[in-house]
Amino acid sequence: MDGLGYARAQMGLSLAFHIVFAAVGVALPLLLVMAELRWRRTRDEDYLELAKRLGKGTGILFAVGAVSGTVLSFELGLLWPRFMGTFGEAIGLPFALEGFAFFTEAIFLGIYLYGRGRVSERLHLFSALAVAVSGALSAFFVTLVNAFMNNPAGIVETSRSAALELEPLRAMWSPSWPYQTVHVLLASYQATAWAMVGIHAFFLLRDPRRALHRKALGIALPLACVAALVQPLSGDRSAKHVALAQPVKLAAAEGLARTTRAAPLRLGGWPDPATGEIRGALSIPGGLSFLAHGDPQAMVIGLDQTPPADRPPVVATREAFQVMVGSGTAMAGVAALAGACALRRRRRRARGEEAPWPRGLLVALVAASPLGFVALEAGWLVTEWGRQPWVVRGYLRTAEAVTSFPYKAAPFWLFTVVYLFLGAAVAYLLGKQIVAAHRAAGGARGH
Amino acid sequence: MATELALAAAIFAALCLYFVLAGADFGGGVWDLLARGPRAERQRAAVAHAIGPVWEANHVWLILVVVLLFSGFPPAFAALSVALHVPLTLFLLGVVLRGAAFAFRGFDATGDRAQLRWGRLFSVASTISPLLLGMVVGALASGRIRVARDGLVSGGFFAPWLTPFSLALGVFALALCAFLAATYLTVELERADPELAEDFRRRALGAGVLVGVAAFAALALAGQGAPRVREGLAARAWRWPFHAATGLAALLALASLVRRRYRRARAAAVAQTLLVLGGWAASQYPFLVVPDVTLASAAANPQTRVLLLVALAVGAPVLVPSLAVLFRVFKAARRA
Ligand code: HDD
Ligand code: HEM
Ligand code: HEM
Repeated sequence: MDGLGYARAQMGLSLAFHIVFAAVGVALPLLLVMAELRWRRTRDEDYLELAKRLGKGTGILFAVGAVSGTVLSFELGLLWPRFMGTFGEAIGLPFALEGFAFFTEAIFLGIYLYGRGRVSERLHLFSALAVAVSGALSAFFVTLVNAFMNNPAGIVETSRSAALELEPLRAMWSPSWPYQTVHVLLASYQATAWAMVGIHAFFLLRDPRRALHRKALGIALPLACVAALVQPLSGDRSAKHVALAQPVKLAAAEGLARTTRAAPLRLGGWPDPATGEIRGALSIPGGLSFLAHGDPQAMVIGLDQTPPADRPPVVATREAFQVMVGSGTAMAGVAALAGACALRRRRRRARGEEAPWPRGLLVALVAASPLGFVALEAGWLVTEWGRQPWVVRGYLRTAEAVTSFPYKAAPFWLFTVVYLFLGAAVAYLLGKQIVAAHRAAGGARGH
Repeated sequence: MATELALAAAIFAALCLYFVLAGADFGGGVWDLLARGPRAERQRAAVAHAIGPVWEANHVWLILVVVLLFSGFPPAFAALSVALHVPLTLFLLGVVLRGAAFAFRGFDATGDRAQLRWGRLFSVASTISPLLLGMVVGALASGRIRVARDGLVSGGFFAPWLTPFSLALGVFALALCAFLAATYLTVELERADPELAEDFRRRALGAGVLVGVAAFAALALAGQGAPRVREGLAARAWRWPFHAATGLAALLALASLVRRRYRRARAAAVAQTLLVLGGWAASQYPFLVVPDVTLASAAANPQTRVLLLVALAVGAPVLVPSLAVLFRVFKAARRA
């Protein structure tokens, strides 16, 4: 790898790492609020227990999110000084607002985590709610930055030495913002809720009558299903927007070499850059034209409209897109199944019958549960790879933005080791706690 | 007031708050590392108790500094990111390992070996960051980071910050963090655990003396380490009252510790820290990176500056009351 390669890899790794904790930071507080609300309404100890456990996990997940986010805010300069030197003022406003959201989040997280029994129940609940809201706002604001990079707005003129002529308010609201922010927020809820669904469905499979896990599923599953069913609609909206605003990104994501009328949708397979074909794909005539423009006859712009030097990496972008859409479709399917089961279960319960979740559904939920995070990572890879070779599309190339610091391999390896270590530690600690809590609760209560 | 000056003032204020609040959290880690004697475990627990609820909020001041710097003075951020890549990366390493290890230790509350190891990592990492922060400040003042008009940075990736002057400032910053932490802890423990308060009183006195020694070392080395700043300082009449006020605050802090007037010691220690930071800022003014980058040359466009100030004005009414609640809940004097 050359120096630029190391810088890209370091940035990508840091973001891919951070986004997991960021997504959890957006969604877990909401699940926590729901558990707290049920505890207050029902005074059922299981909900309190659940809230406490979620709170405990939130503590370390937030800490890792905060420190990895701090690394990122420095890395923007450490790796891409020219980007920050030129466009820092364009993306500064959303980042500054995000800073306030972080503050609110960190403050109320402290009160929530350490305040049980020390502050009034009302302030305690309010704190959880404040964390949930400010977490969502953080994600919202930072996504505005990404929307600017993908689809810059408000730039009047740039020249290297002079200050950037820019309208910061327009830069903050790139035309892509309504698509990206919705999709990103939904993705955060979806990924986190499915992970939680997976854990509790797993334990329900082993011990179907455990009340705590049933109740936890009752909290996470509705959120998971709603998000999974709405997300493909939001993704479709994003894709239609990308088709117009960033046609080369869509062409890369679909592996469409030549501009085509009535372009087919090709599922699976592997693009062959030499021929521009996709080997082993299932082809649906007119499918892509329909999805991108709502008309099976429409013209879809291919890679050929862009000079080769300005094209994104096709294989990587397309395969990542396939993974996201495939995962999203699978989760939507399982969500629909779960919805049907829930309706049937409700009817049976209304008749006073016992209605456990069917094993088959639990197995499907466990199987689908990692897909949320898989799709989340894959989707970001589509966005970031599909924007290449630009940091700010049309204005600044990645290769121009990179730092002149000569030893780029060293920080890359350093942070790779650190993130591997932190990731392993978090997985180990959470795993240990989940198993221990399951064991402890197993004897004492539940049935 | 000119908007770039107002923004710079906001950045400076956030930096001060970072140092006074998060600096003490790092200092807590130092005392965790140096916990000794029959009460070592109680000392560690007191540190953990003090920083647990607040460290994440305190840490955000740093984010605010960075964000305001890169949006208000983008070329300055770019230049120092290039020139100080190594120390900033090491600083981050300290931040990451400190925060993560602290959270992991609290999580892994089983009292076993793993928890001990997290504790050790937490305390060692806590000493890295203040040291490097001090060295970064030394490099900014040194005049060795050269920035051409087109943004090209020269001066080397090690030379500007690996100097005796920078090192003295690093030790000074570390000692100051430890001093603040121990002084705060005396107030928090005064009633809850007088024995521990006594331990931290002695530690505060030791650290306070080290602060003084490091300050004199840095001053002595400044002629060679930061000649421009030194000359500029020598030409300014306000420097004597400033030096005098800083010295007085330091003496007052130490004297109050000796006499166990902990609240007064805390106030004096904070005042001393603010005066030190203020002295640095004033002597470096109007440079962000001596001698090529000034507030005016690096400022973002006027519209952005105004909007950032508006954002600060909108954010503050949310932030201040929330912080007040946090500190009222957790920093009211502890009772036994
Ligand atoms: C749970 C996660 C998840 C799921 C199930 C989906 N996505 Fe997605 N997608 C993301 C998570 C995501 C994301 C959060 O990772 C991205 C990256 C940047 C962004 O705005 O959202 C993204 C980006 C993204 C983009 C690029 C946007 C841009 O670069 O401006 C498109 C076109 C789609 N998605 C389309 C879809 C479609 C058609 C889906 C159908 C099922 C889908 N996504 C499911
Ligand atoms: C708001 C959010 C984000 C911002 C502001 C952002 C910003 C950036 C910047 C400045 C770069 C370096 C320049 C470039 O290569 O274009 C980059 C690259 C990259 N980012 Fe993002 N990013 C964001 C989210 C993410 C996420 C969540 C991921 C997770 C997978 C990600 C993955 C990558 C990768 C893989 C690269 C390297 C791309 C390449 O050079 O091939 N990004 N990002
Ligand atoms: C270049 C891109 C990014 C930068 C510079 C960045 C920066 C940061 C920082 C500094 C923090 C710590 C705040 C604290 O101390 O509490 C943080 C946390 C967070 N970030 Fe990011 N971030 C980036 C990308 C993203 C993305 C893509 C998302 C979501 C879509 C996101 C959402 C969050 C959330 C929700 C938190 C708070 C939750 C937590 O601490 O775990 N960030 N980020």
